[in-house]
Amino acid sequence: MLSLSRKDLVSLVVFAAVVLTMPIWLSPFGAAYPGLMQKFAIYAIFAIGFNILFGLTGYLSFGHAAFLGVGSYTTVWSFKLLTMDILPAMVFAVIVAGVFALVIGYFSLRRTGIYFSILTLAFAQMSYSLAYSVLTPITNGETGLLLARGDPRYVDQIFGAQMNLAGLPQPTLIGNALGGYGGFYLCAVLLILCFYVSQKIFASPFGLALRGIKSNQTRMNYTGFNTKPYTLAAFVISGMFAGLAGALLSITDPLAGAERMKWTESGNVVLMTILGGVGTLFGPVVGAWLIKYFENIFSAINTNMLNSFLSFLPDGVQSFFVTVLSKFVGEGWHLTLGLLFVLIVVFLPGGIVEGVQRLVARFRGGGQRGKATSPQPAE
Amino acid sequence: MTRFRLNRRNVLKGAGAGLVALSTPTIFTRGAWAQEFCNDPSKGKIIFGFNVPQTGSYAEEGLDELKGYELAVKHINGEGDGGMLKTLKPLALKGNGVLGRKVEYVTGDTQTNTDAARDGARRMIERDGAIMVTGSVTSGEAIAQQALCQEMGVIYMAGLTHSNDTTGKDKRRYGFRHFFNAYQSGVAIAPVLAKEYGTDRRAYHLTADYTWGWTQEESIKNATEALGWETVATVRTPLGLGDYSQYLTPVLNSGADVLILNHYGHDMVNSLPQAVQFGLRDRQANGKNFEIVVPMFSELMAVGAGEAVKGIIGTSNWQWSLEDEGTKAFTKSYGEAYGVPPSQAAHTGYVQTLLYADAVERAGTFYPPEVIKALEGFEFDGAGNGPTLYRDTDHQCFKEVLVVRGNENPTNRFDVLNVIGATSREEVTYDPSIFGGELGPYEPNKC
Repeated sequence: MLSLSRKDLVSLVVFAAVVLTMPIWLSPFGAAYPGLMQKFAIYAIFAIGFNILFGLTGYLSFGHAAFLGVGSYTTVWSFKLLTMDILPAMVFAVIVAGVFALVIGYFSLRRTGIYFSILTLAFAQMSYSLAYSVLTPITNGETGLLLARGDPRYVDQIFGAQMNLAGLPQPTLIGNALGGYGGFYLCAVLLILCFYVSQKIFASPFGLALRGIKSNQTRMNYTGFNTKPYTLAAFVISGMFAGLAGALLSITDPLAGAERMKWTESGNVVLMTILGGVGTLFGPVVGAWLIKYFENIFSAINTNMLNSFLSFLPDGVQSFFVTVLSKFVGEGWHLTLGLLFVLIVVFLPGGIVEGVQRLVARFRGGGQRGKATSPQPAE
Repeated sequence: MTRFRLNRRNVLKGAGAGLVALSTPTIFTRGAWAQEFCNDPSKGKIIFGFNVPQTGSYAEEGLDELKGYELAVKHINGEGDGGMLKTLKPLALKGNGVLGRKVEYVTGDTQTNTDAARDGARRMIERDGAIMVTGSVTSGEAIAQQALCQEMGVIYMAGLTHSNDTTGKDKRRYGFRHFFNAYQSGVAIAPVLAKEYGTDRRAYHLTADYTWGWTQEESIKNATEALGWETVATVRTPLGLGDYSQYLTPVLNSGADVLILNHYGHDMVNSLPQAVQFGLRDRQANGKNFEIVVPMFSELMAVGAGEAVKGIIGTSNWQWSLEDEGTKAFTKSYGEAYGVPPSQAAHTGYVQTLLYADAVERAGTFYPPEVIKALEGFEFDGAGNGPTLYRDTDHQCFKEVLVVRGNENPTNRFDVLNVIGATSREEVTYDPSIFGGELGPYEPNKC
């Protein structure tokens, strides 16, 4: 039940090692601080979940951020009403997001292709608008749902838990407070678990059925295979992954805002998956890291930093390069990301993972370059 | 087979645990000494974090605020002409940096989004080692960053934020606000409204749907109802809307004769011209001229709204055309550096940075509790708003509030607002207990 093929086991070990050593290998890139590494792990979970739907069944959901937001709100409410312990919060977030996905999926999956995408987008925008203005008593609108010292926390009260009286309570894992690195390792362990689950799904008959749906749903139906429960299950599973990611966002930073449900967030996860490689195990993770890196590091580079980077150049050349490059960093980071996206989609339709595979094939194959472009299975 | 695999998994688990232990930094062994605090600059550089919206609906104000911050760092380090360093009294800064060392800064883009604002602030604190974080153009950002900074034990000097909650319900020991708030706008604008439009009016509110909008709506409603006005309806509009016609049509038949726009930034730049194009200002209602009021005004918005602002009344924290020494000095150095007059966002950012640096200089240390005590109850003058008090009970600045009106005959592109009155500091002072909230502890967390 829990076993993996040798190849998958190796990938899992490599993956776990890469994730857990993030604080070491990210430091040359200026990204080894808990705040960003937590985001890396969380958005990787989000993208892995999204890939189970998009990568395996080919259904492109444009509304996945709604589940992220639902997970976040559930978590903060669990902190407010029940307890500051994160375990119930995570369980509730995953369940609520799953139920939410079941409802949305039930309606959206009646259509395929672009109609499915539009339906999910419409549902997500509806949820966003609800969270933003109609449901403000539950979501606190644009300000975001915050913890307060006066929250009831009934379960904590029953157990007479001593809240630190100074300042806001912090989320705890069975009584242990989660600091910056504590939060990161929690997210990292969960990311590895999610990766493992995704490996199991990819390798299972269920995963095979999903791939069948992707390559030709009609043919699947003609063979007497009822595809509906399969797509719905995939949709719910990926919604639960998103719910978990949303819960972790609120655990590492106890706040839930409506902008997490905005369509740009849904678009982001599509970008992450495509950038990394749709339908591959590593692709979504790589894509998520890349986009979060751009968002947090590139957007913080300003002309002063560029000047000091390029100080070795002669004056005129330096100011020229700084003027040109400054359009691509700081407030212009979207531009860089857009260019990168275009390049990858045009030249590497399989994402970064395909790029790496081609490189590996070239190294291994030496002269026989034809092998890299071996016939692809029909899709 | 299964047994073998399970064993291997155990080995893996062990290896994973070992990696965790290895890669756990020395963070747990730190903090053994008293006065140990987050990002202590005595061990490294002095970094200020400037986190403003550079994209999104409030980007224009954010970029201007950033210019104010950059100018402040220059002046603190003794570059440029010194600006307000010459007019601020009392002042401990000597123009040679803070505590004799030069200040550096890092910047971030909050994208007019609270999540991104917190991400940016965390990056500044955890990676860049910022000792102080500042900057915001919405109260949502300000409150989110302020709460985060309290948790991390880093002082947060709020930028442009006008909600009562920032120094009310959501106030924090580590958060400070120089900017005025919605309550003060209400108090300041009410007498002028009574004088201009009478005491028998029916008001219709359109309100940006978030913390700032809500508190401003409440404050203006209370202030105008105290005058004898009646509130017909209060309608919430989502932030960042482009087309307000669906919200403006109901105003026509509501029986209201004043439209109050609780909008800011890009929202107001859209809603006000649309209201004017709707012909609201040419209408008669209840036998009176229909009027539009924008309680919270800024010159960048006024420039953006163009013709539509002419004659519109609102309040402002500060205005570059004031005649005092502090304003003149700041407007001059800002104008020389960037070629345009500064906005109130740039002003409040500039002043906040100087005030923080000065408090450190006076405290003689970066240790946050000492700096906080130096700022609490601090009385100063020469920052462009007359004598000002940083109140200790809620970290709100108390100073004159300006009532402004859109200029009917602007002489140039920047001459868009006329100051038509100033409400004294005594009048806009209120009892901090009306908004509740708690400041929390002085002791810093060790991030």
